[in-house]
Amino acid sequence: MSPEDNVILKVENIYKKYGNEEVLKGVSFSVRQGETKVIIGPSGTGKSTLLRCINGLTRPDKGDVWLDGVRLTDSKVNLDKIRQNIGMVFQNFNLFTHLTALDNVRIGLVKVKKLPKDVATEKAMAMLKRVGLEEKAHLYPAQLSGGQQQRVSIARALAMDPKLILFDEPTSALDPELIGEVLDVMRDLVESGMTMVVVSHEMGFVRSVSDEIIFLEGGVVVEQGPPDVLFNNPKNKRTREFLCKINELYGG
Amino acid sequence: MGQVYGPLPLSLVINIYERFFRSIPALVLLFLFFFGSSYFGFSLSPFLSAVLALGLRSSAYQSQIFRGAIQSIPEGQMMAARAIGMTKFKAILNIILPQAIRLSIPPWSNEYSSVLKDTSLAYAVGVIELVREGRYIIVRTFEPMVVYITIALIYFVLTYCGNRLLGLLERKLAVPGYEIKLRGARNVS
Amino acid sequence: MLDLVKEIMPQLLEGTLVTLQLTGTAISLGFIIGIFLALGRLYGKGPVRAFCKGYIEFFRGTPLLVQLFIVYYGLPRYGIKVSSVLAAFLGLGLNSAAYQAEYFRGAIQSIPGGQMMAARAIGMTKFKAILNVIIPQALRVVIPSWSNELIYTLKYSSVAYIIGAPELMAQAKFITAENFRYFEVFLVVAFIYLVIVSILSWVLRIVEKKVKIPGLQVV
Repeated sequence: MSPEDNVILKVENIYKKYGNEEVLKGVSFSVRQGETKVIIGPSGTGKSTLLRCINGLTRPDKGDVWLDGVRLTDSKVNLDKIRQNIGMVFQNFNLFTHLTALDNVRIGLVKVKKLPKDVATEKAMAMLKRVGLEEKAHLYPAQLSGGQQQRVSIARALAMDPKLILFDEPTSALDPELIGEVLDVMRDLVESGMTMVVVSHEMGFVRSVSDEIIFLEGGVVVEQGPPDVLFNNPKNKRTREFLCKINELYGG
Repeated sequence: MGQVYGPLPLSLVINIYERFFRSIPALVLLFLFFFGSSYFGFSLSPFLSAVLALGLRSSAYQSQIFRGAIQSIPEGQMMAARAIGMTKFKAILNIILPQAIRLSIPPWSNEYSSVLKDTSLAYAVGVIELVREGRYIIVRTFEPMVVYITIALIYFVLTYCGNRLLGLLERKLAVPGYEIKLRGARNVS
Repeated sequence: MLDLVKEIMPQLLEGTLVTLQLTGTAISLGFIIGIFLALGRLYGKGPVRAFCKGYIEFFRGTPLLVQLFIVYYGLPRYGIKVSSVLAAFLGLGLNSAAYQAEYFRGAIQSIPGGQMMAARAIGMTKFKAILNVIIPQALRVVIPSWSNELIYTLKYSSVAYIIGAPELMAQAKFITAENFRYFEVFLVVAFIYLVIVSILSWVLRIVEKKVKIPGLQVV
């Protein structure tokens, strides 16, 4: 299958069951290069599971994922290699606690990409600089604030030169005053043309940077469309209800 | 309890007692008791001295277990108990101890296994326990490997059954919803 | 009493040296085997996992003395001759491995699942992730339990006297066979163990502080 007009990621009909509970019931969407797609929806509707199905940390029961023409759900595919091309930023940062910020960003380059140490260090520092944390390079995660940790985790994902970055509720675990610094870095990424799939509740951010919003509820895509359509004129009643509720809670 | 709730001198003494019994090998303790008794003028049978030695040693370890259990109960429990008017004594009896005993069961079953295995050391002071019987059998049959492996299996069965029973006890006493969940690694393909 | 102490000390110290050597080597053997057992138990496939579990259950469920007897008296029956020191080393080491395996397993399992996920997410294989992310953290978490095991091994090395290893207890027995002052001699022995254990505990506490991950409080 050859890549059609710039589609980097294609998710086709994903089904996933946990025990007796079906969390994803046939989810499909595609993302073109440079696009930012945001997935919104009530908690527990499988948004994180969906992201993990994309980079293979969880295997879907049915359905396919295509990255730049390569079918990831094929069992013969070397997922470890593929994951070098997909970055992931977690809600709980998941920085390696025993490594400094610099080491966290650098370790993928040294151990996975097998770059020589000086090249790796230079690249890692450049990434840290990009997220504004080059001065904190020698600190350990436990010595950094939540916002700083998340920014390091973004640098870590960036360092691998991914084709696409997945963000799993990147600001949900942060204190309110620290959310801004992370969103700024993410905005910067959008502007630089990175392809991103983001799960988030930050409606202001969602509204301003997304190319398309996907509303996921009950394991299915209820509605998807550009932000102005979804926010101003949602076609589906449930979309409207959800957005109203979010507006109350988060003030959009 | 003396360590957690007692006055300072008492807890100090208990501390020393504990330290002593935990720092020296069980075997040394067995010998000390066995020979010490005759040094001080009275004679103790091997069996009795083994019981005393192992018993006192275990008490040192068990006090650690109970202390840990008592201290891991949130402070709020005691506060709530006092707040409804219980005396310190009543609070300990009705609120703290029941919970502490429940929490103690896992480490206590470890201690049970430990003491059971240490009884094999009583062989060294002449007690006729499992290992010694085994030696007698070997003298007759010349099959050390078979005999010792059998002995090992007997011990294994004893510890296993004991642990199973205690596990059952733990489940019977468990308060619904109150388990300590282990943070396991998620299933990554 | 004091002259007794002066008289027996050199011999006791000889024995102490053997005790320390035995402890050091046995626990190292236990460490190497223990790590493999823990990894086998956690990440291994069917038969590997079953073997590791079985090994751990057996060595933890049976007394050290019996294990030593199996090695020292059992093996010669099938033609393998072992010296008492070798038997002691093997017995203590294999025994320690089982306990250490359990401590490592607990430490590894206490590492949050997110660490493994993040490592896989940047493309590490399971093996690389375990080596570079999980184990370095687990080794730090395991220090308190491991210190415990070291002290335990030191104390239980005394059991080796029963199969004839010339360590501290054995020397004590030789001495008392001559002077019959059992109680006093063993009191001195107890004191020696106490001193060694105290020093070891102190050193281990310092080591724990030195390798602590900055900022991270172990709950």
